Amino acid sequence: MLAKQLLKKMYKDMVTIRYAEEILVEPITKGEVRCPVHLYSGQEAVAVGVGAVLARKDYVFGNHRSHGHYLVHGGTVRELFAEIYGKESGCAGGRGGSMHICAPESGFLGAAPIVGGTIALATGAALAASIRKDGRIAVSFFGDGATGEGAFYESLNFASLRKLPIIFVCENNLYATHMPLQDCRAANNIVATGKPFCIPSFREDGNDVLKVYELASKAAGLCRSGKGPVLLEFMTYRMRGHVGPDDNIQGCRTDIRPAREVAAWKSKDPICKLEKYLLLKKICSSGELKRIKEAVTRTVKEALKFAISGEYPDPKDLHKYVTKE
Amino acid sequence: MSPKNRILQYSLAINEALHQTMSRDKRVFLIGQGVKSPWYVGNTAKGLLEKYGTERVIDTPVSENGITGAAVGAAIAGMRPVVVHPRMDFMLYALDPIINEAANWYYMTGGKSTVPLVVWGIINRGGEQAAQHSQAIHGIFAHIPGLKVVMPSTPYDAKGLMAAAIQDENPVVFIDDRWLYQSEGHVPTELYTVPIGKGVIRKKGTDITIVAISYMAAESLKAAQELEQAGISAEVLDLRSAKPLDQELIIRSVSKTKRLVVADVGWKTGGLSAEVAALVAEKLGTDLKKPLQRVALPDIPAPSSKTLEAVYYPRSKEIVKAVKKIFQ
Repeated sequence: MLAKQLLKKMYKDMVTIRYAEEILVEPITKGEVRCPVHLYSGQEAVAVGVGAVLARKDYVFGNHRSHGHYLVHGGTVRELFAEIYGKESGCAGGRGGSMHICAPESGFLGAAPIVGGTIALATGAALAASIRKDGRIAVSFFGDGATGEGAFYESLNFASLRKLPIIFVCENNLYATHMPLQDCRAANNIVATGKPFCIPSFREDGNDVLKVYELASKAAGLCRSGKGPVLLEFMTYRMRGHVGPDDNIQGCRTDIRPAREVAAWKSKDPICKLEKYLLLKKICSSGELKRIKEAVTRTVKEALKFAISGEYPDPKDLHKYVTKE
Repeated sequence: MSPKNRILQYSLAINEALHQTMSRDKRVFLIGQGVKSPWYVGNTAKGLLEKYGTERVIDTPVSENGITGAAVGAAIAGMRPVVVHPRMDFMLYALDPIINEAANWYYMTGGKSTVPLVVWGIINRGGEQAAQHSQAIHGIFAHIPGLKVVMPSTPYDAKGLMAAAIQDENPVVFIDDRWLYQSEGHVPTELYTVPIGKGVIRKKGTDITIVAISYMAAESLKAAQELEQAGISAEVLDLRSAKPLDQELIIRSVSKTKRLVVADVGWKTGGLSAEVAALVAEKLGTDLKKPLQRVALPDIPAPSSKTLEAVYYPRSKEIVKAVKKIFQ
């Protein structure tokens, strides 16, 4: 069994991500939040399980759906919300919005919504670590949709050629925006794409944080001992739409996914799963879980206030940050 | 020959910049297709592999998008990569990491993170290589906020601008031209930089300004000599950087001569020559004595056959013609 402290931390991190995402639903629906927001609810076990095996010095690149990755790797809810609200106090000074969050000081080098683009960037971060021999590893988080991009295969090949210390983490939530996996991939076999590039590849339940942790731990071990890269495919599901609370494709605001499928995945909620485990193994009492949730609720509410009350960037600063002097 | 007036080839000047910057800064590495092969990169990479090994001189598979993206990522992670595209045409595969990622990164992270990267693209035209082995696409990059674009025309500038590009905190697109690789000129032995965004007056003149860049700057000098014989004193301004443009120098020179020819190595429509013309129109309005003339590639893909090639690429002759048209 993992150390109690670690299990409790993972629980708290997962709840933090979930509560942070869910508190945004109302402001998004009311139009208070205007920038596109891709909610991570339902996939928390992947960010948290992988994040728990990394050191602060390691490198992480995210994608368009990266609030979870950001929060696990040193980002704060306050700066996240402020960024989403377009405030100067946001993690990118209101210049990036939800899709360009970053915390480079703690290894979360950045996120970007050009699908597949950050896979190559993360490979480059691993290359930097390999040239410097500094013991860092890199993680690239991407979705199933990104495996349609050439940059993915180019990166797998190059990383394998150079034996780069990188974990390619595919969060397969079965949909690339509105497209079900079976409509955009000839076979449901993302994990198999590592094989022709001689990359150790594993598939696991992405809603079970303990299994994610175990596999990520193994992958990190391989990377740290020069046996990288590694490809991991985690099967998971987003509880919200591709962007915003629902699948508001073409403005219809209806979820395009079958209700039965959504319900089936809801019963596999990664947070409920961990909660049951913590109670069963008597790691936490129900009172303790309640207290964690209350503390997280306070954190996200306070962060929302911080974001709402923050200053917008000064229009005279429009030109700032184009190039560095 | 004393070091004070040492003469060096253009391509070897680039090579020297790489040697000297790699030697003083361990963050610098060279990556790209063919860095082991003179067939790809001429003698610009001579001796680098032997000295710095495969850790810092990285020959790559044909994966422009992935490799350029990796160079961007390495820059974000604290390195100073030089990623080379031996033919610019193939660099089009890498527009995503260059434009979407590198150019925007500093802005979209609110100044938290920079991309100190050199994207080196070689214009490699002529020789009946046709449309996909001949393109000069600096105009695309000059259009993009967050990128700097340099195009040296002399060995001195080739070394100094490569060194400056590597030392810059921002992504710099360094574009050279194979037609210049054999040219020779004075190059100091020590490491120095040429400022990015600063042009230079190659030849002073009073009657007309020829604003040019890269290979056309060399052709403009030839044209200016010929014009001298015809009694026309042409000032030749070598931009050296397509972005930022040295607006001040252009305006100062054209304000004096009140006549302008712009000579570019790229296509006419929407390109660098259009930008310079627009700048002069904005700043000087109707001060010109005659309408300006542009010498650029026609809006046509590069042909293969030699008879077509001969009329496709403008040279000093076309510049002289453009100047004489103004003086008609």
